[in-house]
Amino acid sequence: MPFTPSMEKYRSKVKEVVLGATREQGGTRAFTVTVGGETSLPFLHFEGQIAHRPVIGLEVWDVAPADWPACLVPYFEDVFHDPAAWARKGVAEYGVDLIVLQLRGADPDLNDASPEECAGVVRKVLAAVGCPLVVLGCGKAEKDNLIMPAVAEAAAGENLLLGVAEQDNYKSLTAACMVHKHSIIAQSPVDINICKQLNILITEMNLPADRIIIDPTTAALGYGLEYGYSIMERARFGALQGDTMLAMPMIGDIGAEVWRTREAIAPRSEFPSWGDQIDRGILWEATTAAALLQAGIDILVMRHPQAIKLVRQNIDDLMVKSSHAGQANL
Amino acid sequence: MFIIGERINGMFKDIAQAIREQDPGPVQEWARKQDAAGARYLDINTGPAARDPLKAMRWLVEVTQEASSLPLTLDSTNYEVIEAGLEVCKRPAMINSVPAEWPKMERVFNLARKYSAAVIGLAMNERGIPKDAESRVALCLELVATADSFGLSMEDLYLDPLVLPCNVGQDHGPEVLLTLRQVKLLASPAPRTVVGLSNVSQGTRNRALIDRTFAVMAIANGLDAAIADAGNEELVEAIATARILMNIDIYCDSYVDVYRKQK
Repeated sequence: MPFTPSMEKYRSKVKEVVLGATREQGGTRAFTVTVGGETSLPFLHFEGQIAHRPVIGLEVWDVAPADWPACLVPYFEDVFHDPAAWARKGVAEYGVDLIVLQLRGADPDLNDASPEECAGVVRKVLAAVGCPLVVLGCGKAEKDNLIMPAVAEAAAGENLLLGVAEQDNYKSLTAACMVHKHSIIAQSPVDINICKQLNILITEMNLPADRIIIDPTTAALGYGLEYGYSIMERARFGALQGDTMLAMPMIGDIGAEVWRTREAIAPRSEFPSWGDQIDRGILWEATTAAALLQAGIDILVMRHPQAIKLVRQNIDDLMVKSSHAGQANL
Repeated sequence: MFIIGERINGMFKDIAQAIREQDPGPVQEWARKQDAAGARYLDINTGPAARDPLKAMRWLVEVTQEASSLPLTLDSTNYEVIEAGLEVCKRPAMINSVPAEWPKMERVFNLARKYSAAVIGLAMNERGIPKDAESRVALCLELVATADSFGLSMEDLYLDPLVLPCNVGQDHGPEVLLTLRQVKLLASPAPRTVVGLSNVSQGTRNRALIDRTFAVMAIANGLDAAIADAGNEELVEAIATARILMNIDIYCDSYVDVYRKQK
């Protein structure tokens, strides 16, 4: 019996955001990455266009992480002290689409790296890889307002994705993105109203809406993933129904959230019934990512190469269109 | 709910004069104003005085499109005039309007199909405007069935339950609101709804207050569009707020500005 799926007609779409800039565009990237452009809910190919596949960015730090679980060490120990080599390895061996450089060393309680030192790290990583770059500060607003303008200037024209702007601290980063031609991550604390308002505030400073990526803040499986999921889902519905101030692609920091949960890192000896820690941790990260893909996430920031491999396979499968193009025979 | 901006109408002196003198100035000024204030369509009406209404409609459409990229609602009881306008519309337009009468429905739904236009269907026929919701809904059902038989999608059919001035037909108010609720059940997806908002306050002394109060009540009952003056700021603010309270738009502190800018 022929089956015709019922289809929603949406009147709008998610904006397309281009990351990176090639030589012709004023940067030095070998290629750019475009995210967004969806005209229906995630992976409903029969209903609309999933214009670009979700991409995976590898988390790279400017300092060797002291608290990463041992199961990650074999993959990165040779590069932990060299962000450029770390980024290169991520692209060459683990096949990631983007590098997400975190300037943790700028933290006044860690290395208190200077703006110039931070800009230097960014330059080195840019020289090491051809893919577009996401650059995040140390997470302390006062210091980030010093280092991010320096980073933006040092990489002028590269169209980096710089983060993060928050409701009470967005002006300095927005201005830096405007002047030096970068894109911005607008982060809100699991709050759709603030998410929308922040996008308005940023666009009122005249940064075009198609240079904003939403970070609605996500959590790991078991730690409130469903809250982040609901916000993403609501934002995406809004985008498709014509809410232009929610029509931006979305990013989520999955690796950092997952690799501090007990479920991902506790050894088998502590919870014998949970099974092997290494497999469990990989699955915890991959499952968190897989769930957020269904909520409409466009950029996944991840850590474990094996989890990345699983999620890439998942994205490959989800991007296959139905051969029946909207009509299946049951 | 969105606003169909109502000011480009030959009933207004400045527009009538503009048509006579072929002066695009006033038409384009109103088009820009309504557009900037948050209208999502612009209603175009040559008015009764135009000597050559076909030519006047074509001219109004052309000069309006030079000033605004909004789609147009072509407002006339003469379908030759509407077709003259449809021929020069750059974006799919809306036909304003058709009653639940043959052969008018046939003529209009054929036009809609030919020009990919939406249609405003009036809850009335040869016998006039019904008194109660039940009869209004019956006429709407005729419009829904006919539109469907001509292949028009329900998203392109705007049913107008017909609002009467509250100082004349006070008993019609609740019937109109009930009609708005009930016509949403006639088809899936549901047909859209529209009213000519200023009718409700015709001849009263508190026009703006009555208009925006009724707009909010109608939104709560399922109203999708209103022909109204987008330049009425308090009306636009009330509509934006009603959309928030009805969970149509997602709240943020600047929600009124967002509504104005949204196309």
